[in-house]
Amino acid sequence: MLCERCGKNEASVHYTEIVQGEKTVYHLCETCAREKGEETYKAMAGAFVFNQLWSGLLNHDSSLPKVANTPEQQCETCGMTFSQFTKIGRFGCPDCYRTFATRMEPLLKRIQSSDQHTGKFPKRSGGRISVRRELSKLRQEMQASVVEERFEEAAKLRDRIRYLEQQLETQE
Amino acid sequence: MGNGSYLNRASSKWLREDGPESDIVISSRIRLARNIADLPFTTMGSESVQEQVVNAVQQAIQSPALAQMGPFDMLYMGAMNDVSKQVLVEKHLVSPGLVDTDSAAVVIRPDEEVSVMVNEEDHLRIQVMLPGNQLDQAYELANEVDDAFENVIDYAFDEEKGYLTACPTNLGTGLRASLMMHLPALVLTGQINRILSAVTQVGLTVRGIYGEGSDALGNLFQISNQVTLGHSEQEIIGNLQGVATQIIEHERAARQHLLHENKGNIEDRISRSFGILAYARQMGSKEAMQRLSDVRLGIDLGIIKGVSAGILKELMVATQPGFLQQQYGIEMSPAMRDVKRASLIRERLRMEGMNHD
Repeated sequence: MLCERCGKNEASVHYTEIVQGEKTVYHLCETCAREKGEETYKAMAGAFVFNQLWSGLLNHDSSLPKVANTPEQQCETCGMTFSQFTKIGRFGCPDCYRTFATRMEPLLKRIQSSDQHTGKFPKRSGGRISVRRELSKLRQEMQASVVEERFEEAAKLRDRIRYLEQQLETQE
Repeated sequence: MGNGSYLNRASSKWLREDGPESDIVISSRIRLARNIADLPFTTMGSESVQEQVVNAVQQAIQSPALAQMGPFDMLYMGAMNDVSKQVLVEKHLVSPGLVDTDSAAVVIRPDEEVSVMVNEEDHLRIQVMLPGNQLDQAYELANEVDDAFENVIDYAFDEEKGYLTACPTNLGTGLRASLMMHLPALVLTGQINRILSAVTQVGLTVRGIYGEGSDALGNLFQISNQVTLGHSEQEIIGNLQGVATQIIEHERAARQHLLHENKGNIEDRISRSFGILAYARQMGSKEAMQRLSDVRLGIDLGIIKGVSAGILKELMVATQPGFLQQQYGIEMSPAMRDVKRASLIRERLRMEGMNHD
């Protein structure tokens, strides 16, 4: 059987369309079927793409600060704007995460389980990161011991902090 | 090793070999998304940026740490024809999106367990694919490859947000772990939709490998994690594994149920599909997938004997349009492909028969 649409190729796709309860069967070749499929899909979904989900999520988010009438924020490194991001669903460069941090926060909480990475660190550059993590933990502990007037402990913590800070400096 | 071997050889290691629980889990896949520090992502990257990425990767694969794990070959999308690129997609070595970008490339190890897409949505996408249920082993290998790259490449990484990726849905670990599962009995007994919707409620996604939802061709489903930030790699894999174990149990129970309560029907269905595959002269890809799924179920249930269980995954790749055309060395119309597909399947089944008689 030849394709009903172009009449040239062998019909290899047999396609049933049901519109408002009316059933139509088409016998098409692969090329025409693809075209036909795309037309139907577009008509149905208005070329709905994944990325529009983003703008949907973002535009219906009342927790996001409204920034109408102000010139749009732009990433200094790559030049991407937030509305560009909502259209394509991808950032332009690593710095975008910092540029758009406040607007991303509620979104991240929704699509991810938290906004704090707890997984792997890069091995080579990660050594410094874990030192920094320990430092911030020690500083909090030192604060707490000062507040609670446990000065001997605070002094110990201070020494440890100094030691780690020096280590970081020599590495850099 | 030249490009040809990746295109002509019928199967990758995950296709040739079986792994643990391979009666249900066809393959385990790990993907890590990584970007190079101080460079724009591929979205905003000019051609010269993409060249920089390709060069950095090319140098990295010659570094001692990676050379030791290799050898790795690099294939450039801009230098390949359409059929060859389609074969890489059909073997799951690259994504359909990668082949449309001329400046993209893929790094492959000859066993095809490890492949690294370059200039996909992220600069690097490290992929490991192993047969059967081996997510932990796959992650271990991906982790080693990742460390070896990081030894010579500075990654875009943030202490709070983890590995920075072009799309926030990959942020943090950049990890996507997936299991490809063959679930014919859950489909036949009508339980599949209930299970799939339960799975999506625990932070996982399911899709058909070919086709969507319960219409998944060949009853093959891919289950993967949705969330990448806030859990460690081990937690993500553990969660997926835990759910997969339950699905495996359900599928096994459903198979036993079919065998005991519905033996006549199931034997007829399986034998009918076997007969059609063994004698048909024209075979569309959709029908082929369904019949192969039936035959594979028959092998697992002991109804069909003397045919190796690997037939489903092997033929499901070998009968894809790109692979067929590569193998016969000509471009074919869909009708011609149906004829070649049928003859390939017939030959393969006859080969099996000769080995076992």
